[in-house]
Amino acid sequence: MTSSAVREVGVAAPAAAPAPPAGRGRRRGRSDLGWALVFVLPLFVGIALFYLWPIVRNLWFSFTEWGPFGDSEWVGLDNYIELAGDATMGRAILNTLGYTAMLLCGVPLAIYFASLLNRPGLRFANLFRTAFFLPYVAMPAAISMVWRIIYNGDFGILNYALSLIGIDGPAWLSTEGVALVAVALVGIWISLGFNLIILSAGMKGIPVELYEAASLDGATRWKQFTTITVPLLTPSIFFVSVMTVIAGFQVFDLLYALMGTQNPAIDKTQSVVYYFFTNIKTGDNGYAAAIGVVILLLVGIFTVLQFRLQKKWVTYV
Amino acid sequence: MRRTALLAGVAATALLLTACSSSDGGSASTADKDMTAEINYAFWDATQEAAIDTIIEEFNEEYPNITVKKDVTPYSEFFGKLQTQASSDTLPDVFWMNGPNFQLYASNDKLEPVTDAVDPANYPQALNDLYSFDGTQYGVPKDYDTVAVFYNKALFDQAGVEYPTEGWTWDEFHEKAKAISDALKADGVYGTVNGLSGGQEVYYNTILQAGGEVISADSTTSGYDSPEAIEGLQFVADLIADGSAPTLQQLSDTPQNVWFVNGKSAMFWSGTWSNAELRESAIVDDIEVAPLPKDEQEATVIHGLANVVAKSSKNKAAAQAFQEFLASERAAVIQAEAGAALPAYTGTQTAFVESAPYNLQVFLDEAENSSFPYPVSKNTAAWNQLENELLPAAFSGERPVADVAKELAEKMNEALAEENE
Repeated sequence: MTSSAVREVGVAAPAAAPAPPAGRGRRRGRSDLGWALVFVLPLFVGIALFYLWPIVRNLWFSFTEWGPFGDSEWVGLDNYIELAGDATMGRAILNTLGYTAMLLCGVPLAIYFASLLNRPGLRFANLFRTAFFLPYVAMPAAISMVWRIIYNGDFGILNYALSLIGIDGPAWLSTEGVALVAVALVGIWISLGFNLIILSAGMKGIPVELYEAASLDGATRWKQFTTITVPLLTPSIFFVSVMTVIAGFQVFDLLYALMGTQNPAIDKTQSVVYYFFTNIKTGDNGYAAAIGVVILLLVGIFTVLQFRLQKKWVTYV
Repeated sequence: MRRTALLAGVAATALLLTACSSSDGGSASTADKDMTAEINYAFWDATQEAAIDTIIEEFNEEYPNITVKKDVTPYSEFFGKLQTQASSDTLPDVFWMNGPNFQLYASNDKLEPVTDAVDPANYPQALNDLYSFDGTQYGVPKDYDTVAVFYNKALFDQAGVEYPTEGWTWDEFHEKAKAISDALKADGVYGTVNGLSGGQEVYYNTILQAGGEVISADSTTSGYDSPEAIEGLQFVADLIADGSAPTLQQLSDTPQNVWFVNGKSAMFWSGTWSNAELRESAIVDDIEVAPLPKDEQEATVIHGLANVVAKSSKNKAAAQAFQEFLASERAAVIQAEAGAALPAYTGTQTAFVESAPYNLQVFLDEAENSSFPYPVSKNTAAWNQLENELLPAAFSGERPVADVAKELAEKMNEALAEENE
């Protein structure tokens, strides 16, 4: 049960092929395969067209330099050489790693909240679930508008609250160093709902008998949580971590909507995808494509790494 | 010095153009009124759609068989889309153009020169210059904006500071701003607020006022490393440094227009485009307008949109006929009456001036007497990006202004060299 959550994320399985027409018994095997292919084809075409082809094209573009109106010129490894010496890119990678690390801190939080929500006999459980899930389905732009107001240095409610206890809060979204943390907090807040759903589903799969036996043995709630819930939940936790890391590497919308392009701190806070966007905007499509390749590599490396490491800590029942 | 050159240019061009148009026998187009065609007109401001509908209607009275299809794309996507269309030779027949993007299209041979039927003498010279490339004019100025100081009389009174007067200087401006900031500190009010996005509202103007330039007249070298330009940037940095104006952080959290409209700033450098918001605001009765303060000279950047015809248009005659109509006094009057923009056609601006209780005439006077073309080159976006990256450190006092200006000039020169290859 728990591992099914992992499978759910992958590409949705195509609908099963219908039974072949009757009376063709002898060629049934081959015609089955034919029909199966026909039905799977749209999916493959879709993947090839919208996933594989763009990746190939992007790789190609990363070796070119672009003129303003679509004429491009082959420049070999120039973009990558320039990228290797680009301090802004290094900074963007560090920011992205930092952001991802902070986002991962939201996972233990989600586990804890999920265990609270799964407590048997919890009142208003559905209300809580909805409340936690709402940020995940709300428009990022709308969320950002609200948080921009909360974080406002001069007129925001956060600094007002801090001023009541005598703290002079900074301009959260435009102060170097502070801004990335502020954005990550919103990121954690948004992703909490999604993580909760996955982790709750995982918890539902843990046999109740284990808890019953544990309480008979006199184990406290906390003990049960650390020795039963968390170990048996590791496959879900693993899945959530992988998704979180991928989402972290792709962060753009929050940065863009929360900080904007005129922010004095954006240069020191931008992520890799944000830097990609900046280069697209100035027409350096080839350079941007090279950044895209780096993002793909980074995500790939970290995902493979996580899959390697999972053997050490994930327990499948 | 530069002013004289500009004036001489105006006079010479005006003479030349009157000569041209009179030899043509007036501005009436010789195009065939019965031609049949369908053309696209692309623009980004949906609030101007009503005026454009009226313009198309009246155009059809003259050319009944030309169908004009509107194509509205929000500004944020307009130029991205346009660039894609240009790459595949599917540009709209007639479309809006702005200064920062103009040369890119003109230098890549995407635009059709303006026909003889359009008389540039009808528009401010700086705008004709903005839409000319290598001596040929490609765009007909549609509307324009200059920058002045909006101020809040109530806050001046409250702080006991005298209102600005015409011909005021940087020092006077700075003194007033500082005095108001100091007097009204308890209310969180600042003397002035400086919009820094894109330079047009503040630092392009102060650089010109100090006698410097953002880019050389032939668009080949950066002007940022000149002592005058550094002085212009320093003026802005000083205002922030001593608390006469909010910091960049504060501006990033709360945009400059919001500071002013909510009575948290006594002065606000902005252009004609702010009129629509300000005349509807709660503080409208307290607002007055003063020209920008001067240093070496009075100066404001002038920018405006233009209507251009695509070189790749399949119905060029029809597209040009429409552009000529858009260039007419009648089209300008329709625009002015709708109140959406300040039309560029000389003499049609009265309706705009009368659209607010404060003195909008200031903007027109500036356009006539002290306006300089908006700084552009073939790939303006590339060095605009550099300005956005580098200048914040100068304005926040993180790095000396002169250092930042030198680095900006160096990088901008590289970008300019690249685009001129």
